[in-house]
Amino acid sequence: MSSTKYILGVFDDPDEMMHGIDKLQKNSVPIYDVYTPMPIHGIEAKLNIKDSRLGYAAFMFGCLGGTIMFSMVYYMLVHDWPINIGGKNFFAIPDFIPVTFEWTVLWTSFGMTFTFFFASHLFPGRAPRVMDLRATDDKFVIAINAKGNISHDDITNLLKEAGATEVKHNDRKYVSYE
Amino acid sequence: MASHSESIIREPLITGKDITYAKITNDVLRPVENMPGKAWWIGFSVASLGASLWVFAISWTFWFGLGEWGLNKTVGWAWDITGFVWWVGIGHAGTLISAVLLLFRQNWRNSINRSAEAMTIFAVICAATYIAAHMGRPWMAVYSLPLPNQYGSLWVNWNSPLIWDVFAISTYFSVSLVFWYTGLLPDIATIRDRAQGIRRRIYSVLSFGWTGSVKTWQRFETVSLILAGVSTPLVLSVHTIVSMDFATSLEPGWHTTIFPPYFVAGAIFSGFAMVQTLLLIARKVLGLENYITMFHIESMNKIIMLTGSIVGVAYLTELFIAFYSQNEYEQYAFANRIAGPYWWAYWSMMTCNVITPQLFWFKKIRTNIPLSWVLSIVVNIGMWFERFVIIVTSLHRDFIPSSWAMFYPTWVDVSVFIGSIGVFFTMFLLFIRVLPSVAMAEVKLLLKSSSEQAKKKLMDEGHVVPAEAEFYIASLEKFDSVEQSEYLKA
Repeated sequence: MSSTKYILGVFDDPDEMMHGIDKLQKNSVPIYDVYTPMPIHGIEAKLNIKDSRLGYAAFMFGCLGGTIMFSMVYYMLVHDWPINIGGKNFFAIPDFIPVTFEWTVLWTSFGMTFTFFFASHLFPGRAPRVMDLRATDDKFVIAINAKGNISHDDITNLLKEAGATEVKHNDRKYVSYE
Repeated sequence: MASHSESIIREPLITGKDITYAKITNDVLRPVENMPGKAWWIGFSVASLGASLWVFAISWTFWFGLGEWGLNKTVGWAWDITGFVWWVGIGHAGTLISAVLLLFRQNWRNSINRSAEAMTIFAVICAATYIAAHMGRPWMAVYSLPLPNQYGSLWVNWNSPLIWDVFAISTYFSVSLVFWYTGLLPDIATIRDRAQGIRRRIYSVLSFGWTGSVKTWQRFETVSLILAGVSTPLVLSVHTIVSMDFATSLEPGWHTTIFPPYFVAGAIFSGFAMVQTLLLIARKVLGLENYITMFHIESMNKIIMLTGSIVGVAYLTELFIAFYSQNEYEQYAFANRIAGPYWWAYWSMMTCNVITPQLFWFKKIRTNIPLSWVLSIVVNIGMWFERFVIIVTSLHRDFIPSSWAMFYPTWVDVSVFIGSIGVFFTMFLLFIRVLPSVAMAEVKLLLKSSSEQAKKKLMDEGHVVPAEAEFYIASLEKFDSVEQSEYLKA
C-alpha cells in the first residue's frame, strides 16, 4: 500500500487537459477536482458540475434591498414626517425610485458576492488549499484521489498519454506553505 | 474551450512571439515582484508631493473654514463641485470597460479593465473628498444619512437629488470596489504562490485562500457577469443623479432635461481620456506593449471621438433650446456663457471637447501615441472647464443683477485641486506597485484564440483565405509592438 494520497496530472495546455479529463472518464477514473489559472469553459459540463445558483441569490438580495429602501422611505416621508411641498403628494413615487434602485444594486452585489465567498470558503486569512503552486500561474492540474481500485500506474499512463508534462504522486493533500 | 480559433480578420489582442502563460505572468508581475525603476520613483515623488499639498490645503480649509475658498454669496459652488463632478466622471470609464464591455463580449477589455477599475475607485475617492470638504464641517456628513436623531426624528429629504447622490456615489464606490477586488482574487493568488516569506503571508490573506478549482471559477464567472449586469445601469444612474443635482433646480442653464444623457456621455468621454493618459504611460514604463496594443489605443480613441461628438451635440442642443424656448433667463445664461466674462472658459471647453477630439477621425492621429496622449490631456482639461462653465457661469449672474459677482479661486482652491490629482496618482502608482495592473487570468484566456502568434500559426498552416490574410496583415501595420518584417514575405 503506497502512501500516495493524490495523483496530480500537470498539463501545459488547457486543451490537452480537457483531453486528459475525457481519457480518465472513459476509464472510469473519478476526478477529485481540477485547478486552473483561468476559467476553462466547458469543463463544468464534463465534470457534471451543476449550474451556479448564485443568480437566484442575487435576485433575492436585490428584491430585499429594494424593498427595504422603498419601505424605509415610505415610512419616513409618508408616515413618520410628511413634508408639505406645495401641496404635492407625500407619497411621491418617482422621487423614491433613484434610492430604491441604488439599494437594489447594492444589495444584489454585496449579497451575491458574499454568498459566493461563503459558499466557496473564501475569506481573508483562509489557508489556501493548494495542491500545486503552479496551478495559479501556468499549469493546468487534474487531481485524482488515489484511494481507488485503479492502479496508480494506469492513472499515470493515462495522464501521460493525454499529454501531461508531469505526473505527481503526492503524500499529502495540500501543499503546506510552512 | 480555450482554443477555438478566432476569425483571422479580427486584429490580435496580444502581440509578440513566444508568449506563453508563464510569460504573461512574468510580464505582468515584473513591477510587483521587483523593485520599481527610476520612472516609478520620479512619478511617485511628484505625486506624493501633490498629495502633501492636498493634505496641507485641506487641513487649512478645515482649520480656517470655507472662507478660505473663493466662494461668495452668489457663487456658492465653484471649484469644489467642479472637482467633484470631474472626478466622478473620470471614474465612469472603469466601470464602462469592466461592465459594459463585458456584457458586449468585447475581449479587448481584458487587458485594460483592471487598471481602469482601479482608476475608477481612486477617482471616486478623490470625488468623495470634495464632498466631505465642501461641507466645511465634515463631521456634519452624518446628517446626510437617515439616522434616528433627537429632532423628531427629522429624516433626510428623500425628495432631494443631493440625497440620491449620497446613495448613488456610495453604492457606486462600494460596488466598484467589490467588482474590482473579486476580479483581483485569482491574480493575487498567483502572486501568493510565487512569493516567499512575509510577502506570501500578506498575499495569502489578501487572496482569501483562492485555489482556482472548477467550482470556484464557475461561481466567479457567474458573479462577474451579474456584477457587470448590475453595474451597467448603476454607472448610468450615478452620473444621471449627479446631473440631477443641477437639473432639478430652477437655475437657468441647469434646468434642462438633456442633462442626464449629456453628463453620462461626458463622463465616459473624460473617463476614457484619463484611462488613455494613464495607460499610454503605463504600457511603456511597465513594458506591457504586447498586452495593451495599438488596437486598444485606437479603440479607446474611437470611443473618445464618439462620446466627444455626443457631448458636442449636447452643447449645440442646449444653445438651440435656449433660443427656441424664448425664455429670456435661459437665453441670457447662454449668451453670458459664450460672450460674458467667462467666455474664455466656455471657448476652452468647446475647443478641447468638441473640436480637437474630431482629429481622431484621422487614423494617423488616433494611432499616434504621443498625439493621443496629448489629446487625452486636452480632453481632461476640456471636461474640467465644462463643469466649471456649467457651475460658475450659471451661478455668478443670478436673477438679481445687484448680486452679480465673479468667482476668483484662492490658492487654497487651486491647491486642493492640484493636490487631489496628486492623491489620485499616488494611489494609482501604489496600486501598480503592489497589485497586477493587468488581469492576468483574463488575458490568459485570450492567448490561444486572439493572439498574434495564434493567428500567425493559422496562416502558416494554411487554414486562412488568402484575401483575409492580406486584410489581416494590412491591419497589423499600425501596431508598434508587431515585428513587421515577419509579414513581409507572406
